Amino acid sequence: MTGDGERAFTQTLERDQRVEPRDWMPDGYRRTMIRQIAQHAHSEIIGMQPEGEWITRAPTLRRKAILLAKVQDEAGHGLYLYSAAETLGADRGDLTRRLIEGRQKYSSIFNYPTLTFADVGVIGWLVDGAAICNQVPLCRSSFGPYARAMIRICKEESFHQRQGYELLMTMMTGTPAQRETVQDAVNRWWWPSLMMFGPPDADSPNTAQSMAWKIKRHTNDELRQRFVDMTVPQAQALGVTLPDGELAWNAERGHYDFGAPDWAEFKRVLAGDGPMNARRIAHRRRADADGAWVREAAAAHAAKQSRAAGQARAAEGSVPA
Amino acid sequence: MSFDDAYAALTDHQDDTRWAYGTGFSDPLAGVPTDVPGGVDAADLTAYCLMLGDDALIMSHRLQQWVTRAPELEDEMALANIALDLLGQARLLLTRAAQAEGAGRDEDDLAFRRDAADFRHVRLAERADADFAHLVARLLVFVTWRLAVLDGLRGSRDPVLAAIAAKGVKELTYHREYAAQWVVRLGDGTAESHRRMRAAMHAVWPAIGELFRPHPVPDRLAEAGVAVPAAAARAEVDAVLSQVLAAAGLPPPTATDGGATDGGAGRDGAHTAALDEILAEMQGVARATPGGLW
Amino acid sequence: MSDEIRHEWPLFEVFVRAKRGLNHVHVGSLRAADHRMAVHHARDLYTRRNEGVSIWVVRSDDVTASEPGDRDAFFAPSADKVYRHPTHYRIPDSVPHI
Ligand SMILES: [Fe+2]
Ligand SMILES: [Fe+2]
Repeated sequence: MTGDGERAFTQTLERDQRVEPRDWMPDGYRRTMIRQIAQHAHSEIIGMQPEGEWITRAPTLRRKAILLAKVQDEAGHGLYLYSAAETLGADRGDLTRRLIEGRQKYSSIFNYPTLTFADVGVIGWLVDGAAICNQVPLCRSSFGPYARAMIRICKEESFHQRQGYELLMTMMTGTPAQRETVQDAVNRWWWPSLMMFGPPDADSPNTAQSMAWKIKRHTNDELRQRFVDMTVPQAQALGVTLPDGELAWNAERGHYDFGAPDWAEFKRVLAGDGPMNARRIAHRRRADADGAWVREAAAAHAAKQSRAAGQARAAEGSVPA
Repeated sequence: MSFDDAYAALTDHQDDTRWAYGTGFSDPLAGVPTDVPGGVDAADLTAYCLMLGDDALIMSHRLQQWVTRAPELEDEMALANIALDLLGQARLLLTRAAQAEGAGRDEDDLAFRRDAADFRHVRLAERADADFAHLVARLLVFVTWRLAVLDGLRGSRDPVLAAIAAKGVKELTYHREYAAQWVVRLGDGTAESHRRMRAAMHAVWPAIGELFRPHPVPDRLAEAGVAVPAAAARAEVDAVLSQVLAAAGLPPPTATDGGATDGGAGRDGAHTAALDEILAEMQGVARATPGGLW
Repeated sequence: MSDEIRHEWPLFEVFVRAKRGLNHVHVGSLRAADHRMAVHHARDLYTRRNEGVSIWVVRSDDVTASEPGDRDAFFAPSADKVYRHPTHYRIPDSVPHI
């Protein structure tokens, strides 16, 4: 049976079809998939915090509405992804516990602080921009529920990036002080954004297996190059300088050359030693703990209701709308 | 899907019929005339729109403070939706206030460049929430009251106010359902949730009286067919609240109208320290950047 | 809730009818304490951008699925009924609208 399953699995990948939750799959594939989707989901949820801090402080009502809708979208992304992970037998409560106990990682980018409102614009432009670069290929991930969640997420992300860039364009036409805060935010977020694509290929042991399983479609370095190539002209149009002295067009390669991020810093932040790691996790843990009595009450109420309704539950809502 | 242009690739799925994106976004005020109707006092209309706009703005602010703190991710979504709806109502109403005022101000001038004493929301809106039970208690009272008011305003002689109300009624009906369900769940759920829900209702109760306190502006505008008299919503609010409390197994709190006599009302600009804290947060960036563009 | 690890609220599958005239389509899942809450949450999560006109929710543990391994027994018999498929019928290109 496993032989048949394995053959079917290999064939599905060869034909570039999607693996669905109830298909046979290698344990390693399942584990890798759950880990990747969960880390992605955690990133969306933790990613609400840096920008969420600015909703109540947004300087116009239009920006406030945009930011609130954006941060809400990120909660939705987290939910779509947890939902995809649960089709593999993972449990959201368990995954959440792994997150708040520091046993499962999330994107290192969210461990940097948001210091001014310009950070909101730069996060939209660079961080959501990098996320889109990473995620568009994932719309063809071999695991069906993940690929479908990514399609939906990518569509929503395109608004995130545009609103960020538009905010920065507007701020650049404002006061000199505003232009300075935009440049300052770009300086702080540029390198962490490049780190979002993960360590260099030579240093990325799991990439080969993930590519073979068609979980990943492009290497970290390919995606990083793509991002730099797309971002440089956007920076020029905006009138900001990207803080990299080595950044230069290479006509031979047809790509921009650029400097190497500080990978030691990347490892430190990923290992939990970034400027905001402890606060991000503590915030999530507090929300989870503060909400425990609420979730418990709702479950208790539902149990009482269904006991009271007894067999009548079968009739409830059973007529197609 | 082309790898060469990640952004263009997003449109590959445009004809995927599973998602019908963005078809229903319409301007609720499209084609609505914006002149102040004849026989209506523009200063009164300005003041009234500020009252209703500030209610929504400040309540929305308190809801925004729950983002990333909700008891469950699904409630994160729901609370953000409610906050967005109220923010949308606030923007329309502040814009209407600015129009009627005719002094060249806009929604942002009114939100970010007014001092506490110039805000006209009821004090219920500015209260901080000690826990989720306090939030849903306050939300239930606030949206039940607001739904009753806006329902009456659908027939307003001011076409803008009528259009804003028509949109708001749909939103608030959902908000009320959300809040009522939570009050029932928490009232009925566990011993702890019952205790907390009961304490929350008790804490919110004294702020209810202020909602119905007669005020010359809405009362005058009501005579002109523009507004709903402040006292008019009382019967419906009482009926809904007692129905929800009964379903939740909560005794009706006593101490009714306690808030009506303790030193003025929000409608006249009398606020608590909670508003100073809200405005410091809300207006800080805008005020620190004179001439800034966002 | 006997098992501490399990999430407190059960899982629901969500189906959305995007427009009149289309089927309800499975869009994903969510957690809710009861059916009513599930419908509310589905509205907030899956129809934020006006993507739906109607929502169904079903408790995930109430769904019975065919086994992937049974695929042949379940679905192969229909594969040879080529006459059910419109492309089976050859009609000259000159005949319009068919
Ligand atoms: Fe996202
Ligand atoms: Fe995003």
